[in-house]
Amino acid sequence: MTAIDEIRRIAGAIPDPEMPALTIADLGILRDVRMDGSGHVDVDITPTYSGCPALDVIREDVERCIRDQGYTDVAVRVVLSPAWTTEWVSEAGRIKLREYGIAPPRQQQFDLQSLKIAVECPRCDSPRTHELAHFGSTQCQAVRRCDACGETFPHFKEH
Amino acid sequence: MTLVVAGAAAVYTLRIADDCLVLSHRLAQWSSWAPALEDDLALTNIALDLLGQARGMYARIAELDGTGRSEDDYAFLRGERAFVNCQLVEQENRDFATTMVRQLLCSTYQLAQWQALTASTDEQVAAVATKAVKETAYHRDLATDWTLRLGDGTDESHHRMEHALAALWPFTAELFESDAVTREVAALGVGPDPGDLRPEWDAYITRVLGDATLTAPEVSWRPTGGRQGLHTEAFGYMLAEMQHVHRSFPGVTW
Repeated sequence: MTAIDEIRRIAGAIPDPEMPALTIADLGILRDVRMDGSGHVDVDITPTYSGCPALDVIREDVERCIRDQGYTDVAVRVVLSPAWTTEWVSEAGRIKLREYGIAPPRQQQFDLQSLKIAVECPRCDSPRTHELAHFGSTQCQAVRRCDACGETFPHFKEH
Repeated sequence: MTLVVAGAAAVYTLRIADDCLVLSHRLAQWSSWAPALEDDLALTNIALDLLGQARGMYARIAELDGTGRSEDDYAFLRGERAFVNCQLVEQENRDFATTMVRQLLCSTYQLAQWQALTASTDEQVAAVATKAVKETAYHRDLATDWTLRLGDGTDESHHRMEHALAALWPFTAELFESDAVTREVAALGVGPDPGDLRPEWDAYITRVLGDATLTAPEVSWRPTGGRQGLHTEAFGYMLAEMQHVHRSFPGVTW
């Protein structure tokens, strides 16, 4: 494994502060890792939401992790464009979300008008669920209830 | 300490940033006071989105005016007269109906504005806008749902919504004012001239109010001046509270 692959693997394995079951690579927050000839490492991360309070923590975690590997010349850059979308949550990330009890975002182009595909209950897989609140415990989650098993669960809303 | 930014693009961007910051703080004032937990979370989540949008714009302004100031400098170290937000966003929360009417009027405006800004010739502004469009669509949805529910609800909720509309409607005229700054940035392709956002705003607001059995009041009073740093009485108190800790303990970290 080359040095850059190793750094990429280490940075990508950093857990998300708000959903520690997932890594920042699973969520698509880690955008790029580059190293130049002098050993300088550049890392690009992108926020999920404009005001996401986890981003500062993620930035510090990435810097520390890479330094701990002996690469002391690190710059972590926050890039806003292209804007993060739930389409970037990896397949592994979607599976982990479900295991963690959070319904993963539906895979489709974000549409302001209609979101028609069913959100399945992460507990019993029933597609019969309804939204209780648009806004949940973090910016990226809504709250839903399953009509089949009655469980209330968070939904990683499409964005 | 008064901070004045230089250049039309910086002033224009500052207006948008200040709208976001001030509205964010007003909504955050609902924390632990909203009628239900879900609404408490919704209002504070929206406040957080707006704060993030403001931060993105302040960061850009510091580059535009070449001062390299921090986001905190803009938020906490300017006096009332240096804020160029519209007067609508600073209006007090009063009751839940007033907050929701303000939120409907503001988020409809902001959504149209962010949509136009996604095509900004300023790439950083366009990047902030691209994220903000999705967030603000949710903000408008929430305000729309509540407007329908309260407007077409009980006699009491309907009355409160009418009362809120009467109080806030005069402040909407300022949203669409053009001046030398907006004309210059529109010519440069940095952002829309506010007047151009009016048709879309009118169409949406008229439809929602109609569905909510509410009517926009006929008013001749058109307060203005926010973009020049003139504010209503409520704003100074809000700012004092918002800036108090930062100013009392300069440079403190934890």
